[in-house]
Amino acid sequence: MTALVTFKDVHKSYGTLPVLKGVSLTVPEGRVVALIGRSGSGKSTALRCINGLETIQSGTLEVCGRKLHEANCDLRHLRMEVGIVFQSYNLFPHLTVEQNVTLAPRLTGKASQAEAHEIARKVLEQVGLAEKAKAYPEQLSGGQQQRVAIARSLAMQPRVILFDEVTSALDPELTAEVLKTIEQLAQSGMTMVLVTHEMSFARRVADEIIFMHQGVVWETGDGSMFDNPQTPELRQFVGSGL
Amino acid sequence: MSYQFDFSFLYDYWPDLLAGMRLTIGLSVLSILFGFIFGSACAIARVHGGKTLRTIVGCYVDLVRNTPLVVQAFWLFFGMASMGLKIGAFWAAIITLVINVGAYTTEIIRAGLESIPRGQKEAADCLALRRWQVILYIELPQAVERVYPALVSQFILMMLATSIMSQISVEELTGAAYGIQSMTFRGFEVYVVVAVIYLVLSWLTRTMFEVIARIAFTRRRLRTPL
Amino acid sequence: MTFAGLTPNQLLFILQGAGWTVILSLLGFVGGSVIGLPAAVGRISKNRLLRFGIAGYINLIQGIPLPIIMFLCYFGMSIAGFSVPALVAAAVAMTAYCSAYLAEIWRGALMSVPKAQWEAAECLALKPFQRLTHVILPQAVRISIAPTVGFLVQIVKNSSYAVVIGFAELTYTARLLNNSTFRPFVIFSIAALLYFAICYPLSLYSRRLERRLKRG
Ligand SMILES: Nc1ncnc2c1ncn2[C@@H]1O[C@H](COP(=O)(O)OP(=O)(O)O)[C@@H](O)[C@H]1O
Ligand SMILES: [Mg+2]
Repeated sequence: MTALVTFKDVHKSYGTLPVLKGVSLTVPEGRVVALIGRSGSGKSTALRCINGLETIQSGTLEVCGRKLHEANCDLRHLRMEVGIVFQSYNLFPHLTVEQNVTLAPRLTGKASQAEAHEIARKVLEQVGLAEKAKAYPEQLSGGQQQRVAIARSLAMQPRVILFDEVTSALDPELTAEVLKTIEQLAQSGMTMVLVTHEMSFARRVADEIIFMHQGVVWETGDGSMFDNPQTPELRQFVGSGL
Repeated sequence: MSYQFDFSFLYDYWPDLLAGMRLTIGLSVLSILFGFIFGSACAIARVHGGKTLRTIVGCYVDLVRNTPLVVQAFWLFFGMASMGLKIGAFWAAIITLVINVGAYTTEIIRAGLESIPRGQKEAADCLALRRWQVILYIELPQAVERVYPALVSQFILMMLATSIMSQISVEELTGAAYGIQSMTFRGFEVYVVVAVIYLVLSWLTRTMFEVIARIAFTRRRLRTPL
Repeated sequence: MTFAGLTPNQLLFILQGAGWTVILSLLGFVGGSVIGLPAAVGRISKNRLLRFGIAGYINLIQGIPLPIIMFLCYFGMSIAGFSVPALVAAAVAMTAYCSAYLAEIWRGALMSVPKAQWEAAECLALKPFQRLTHVILPQAVRISIAPTVGFLVQIVKNSSYAVVIGFAELTYTARLLNNSTFRPFVIFSIAALLYFAICYPLSLYSRRLERRLKRG
């Protein structure tokens, strides 16, 4: 099984503040990896490194066969293969749902106008919003907007999608509909890295769970690690009711 | 006071007024169009350009915004002529107006560009768009929409400002009025008529930009009636 | 002795023009304030007729080019039987122009005083006029200083439109001088420089005030 993402002893700091202090992890193709941990433990930073939104200071980071630690890495081509969904949706407010979804495939030359249209129909169907194609983001609920953001990522036909606490801004009802969409995606075999606070969700969907603490990978395992934490930090984290 | 108002000149001279009006509209449309394009380009340079480019645009904006349009027009028109460059009054006027309204547009759109949330650019980057695509498809449209009312006010001021181009012998509405008053000695009446025409033109300009907004900013229709 | 090919007399002439530009601008600002302030207050009064009347006046002035207003004042006064110097016509036109814009700026400032302040003033049993002068205006003044200083730049620049009625301010003197010397680049550069020297400090000051106000 090929690894799509490989961190080897990755260090990253913001100015003088070290955030990643030697992170090593791999995400095999077709797998779902969940990143959990306290706020500030470096989960978002690690995720943002994967598609080059942040640069690393030392160690090696390979994503889809590209070496991100090398200065001449082509970020644009990397991002054609790596999708990301943010907590704050970041939909383009001046474009319709369909335009949001078709913009990147068209502009990057991945699809013609007609093809993009077809892609949009397909991915919007996938997230259950085919009937909202002509709506504007502000006409949708938060959960619907987040699903459009997922569709927008899918439209680029990425090899891996990154999710950064995509339900934190939503109330429970809407959270459920977004999680359901992600779960369906997981079942379809999409490679995914999820930063999430939804422990039961991580447990159900993820093939592997990575507990980050103070900028390093503290403990890894599958769903059963919650029942049997190996470190006091994870025990405390699980016990804190999250 | 025994002054008798006399508007009979209208009968003889309305073709002059009509021709002037046509020139005023021509000047306005061309300079607003090119001024908008030029100002947008400068605003992008001001926000995304290198240090040198940003400084140059900053100086251009400050220089234009702190000197009068008439002086700019005189400088260009008489200056060019003195160097033997005959570009004609109409094009001298257009160039001056574009440079002038371009500077104001730069400042307005720059404010719009700077007010766009960082997440928009980040999301676009993550979709593998090129830099210019992000600017052209994501940042600029949102910036223009945000500052649209300020832009429209500026464009209306610009339309009114074309009236000074009669000073460099462009026979637009004000120039035509001057010609008529010097032949009829009915200065007050002529300028009353012209003032009314300008009021109508202001109203038309505003209405036209509202129509453009309705077409361009579709989502606005969903919320606020313009 | 010459400077940029101009004799001292010619330079003095152009400086004199700059002086008249300043005077005309001040006249416009003072006149505009005298009319603009009550207009701003009237614009938010409870009296509909007053509100609409003032709005109509403002729209009228803002919809007509300033050169045309200059001409109207110039010819209007002469047919009214006053033989006035161009300065008076220009000052009246500038007053009309400034009053409309200042009224709008100050109305904005008045309206940006929080509603709670208006209500508080009402609860203190102050008379309407006292409410305005003791509670609202002091706060509105703070908000309005930056845009007002910014508008001074517009006033100075737009006073150049008096050139159309032959008032000898900076632009007109520069033009006269150009007619006799045929050195347009030099002369209009000097004129532009003088305008810039007046306007730019005001622009900077306005920008600084604005930033200070934003910081709170
Ligand atoms: N752009 C940034 N500049 C400076 N510090 C940052 C930046 N982004 C994150 N940090 C800091 O890095 C640390 C890790 O942040 P983050 O990766 O967002 O953690 P998590 O997602 O696990 O909550 C935090 O202490 C945070 O304050
Ligand atoms: Mg985070």
